[in-house]
Amino acid sequence: MLNIIIYITLGFMFTGIFFSALRFVLGPTAADRTVALDTLTTIAMALLVLLSFVYKRFIYIDVALVYGVLGFIGVLVIARYLEGAL
Amino acid sequence: MNDILDIFGMILLLIGGIFLFLGGLGIFRMPDTYNRLQAGTKATTLGGMSVILSVGILEPGWFIKTLVLVIFIALSNPISSHALAHANYKRGNKPFLKGGPEYDQYRKTFEQEGKETEENTNEKVKEEETA
Repeated sequence: MLNIIIYITLGFMFTGIFFSALRFVLGPTAADRTVALDTLTTIAMALLVLLSFVYKRFIYIDVALVYGVLGFIGVLVIARYLEGAL
Repeated sequence: MNDILDIFGMILLLIGGIFLFLGGLGIFRMPDTYNRLQAGTKATTLGGMSVILSVGILEPGWFIKTLVLVIFIALSNPISSHALAHANYKRGNKPFLKGGPEYDQYRKTFEQEGKETEENTNEKVKEEETA
């Protein structure tokens, strides 16, 4: 039962990653690409935590935390640059 | 007791997966940058929080660490989306409004903020000159 639900959730998450990556490639302006990058960061964090549960490795949660912090700072810096303040 | 927790965790996991998928779909389908921001940020916030919390429920030894991650997502995602929307507005990318540009509620505040910062900088320059 748990296996089936984990497979279904992984399928949903990979479909979401596919659509966000498509917007990241297509996006007409730089702001659209940055929004897609923000979404990709959050989905990848959830994916890393789910994989740490599947493989029973506790250390992947720390990887997800560091990835989230770096993505957050990156999005803030890009937004600051788009404002013209950097 | 354990079975109930397991079922609760599975339901949370499924809800999180569905919301992450909806966030990706919204980012692909929405017509405007602000609509994309709305769909992408809010749906993925709920989806990521519920997936991470479900892992914490299914594996009770990891609950504290997953709670830290959930609090971090709840704090960081609105800040980044706000910064992106503000930067996008400041760049001159106006939102699409059905009633016309007079329905833009943020414009007055934005112009007033710009005037205030200009006045502040002018005053500082004057003070420096007089000093």
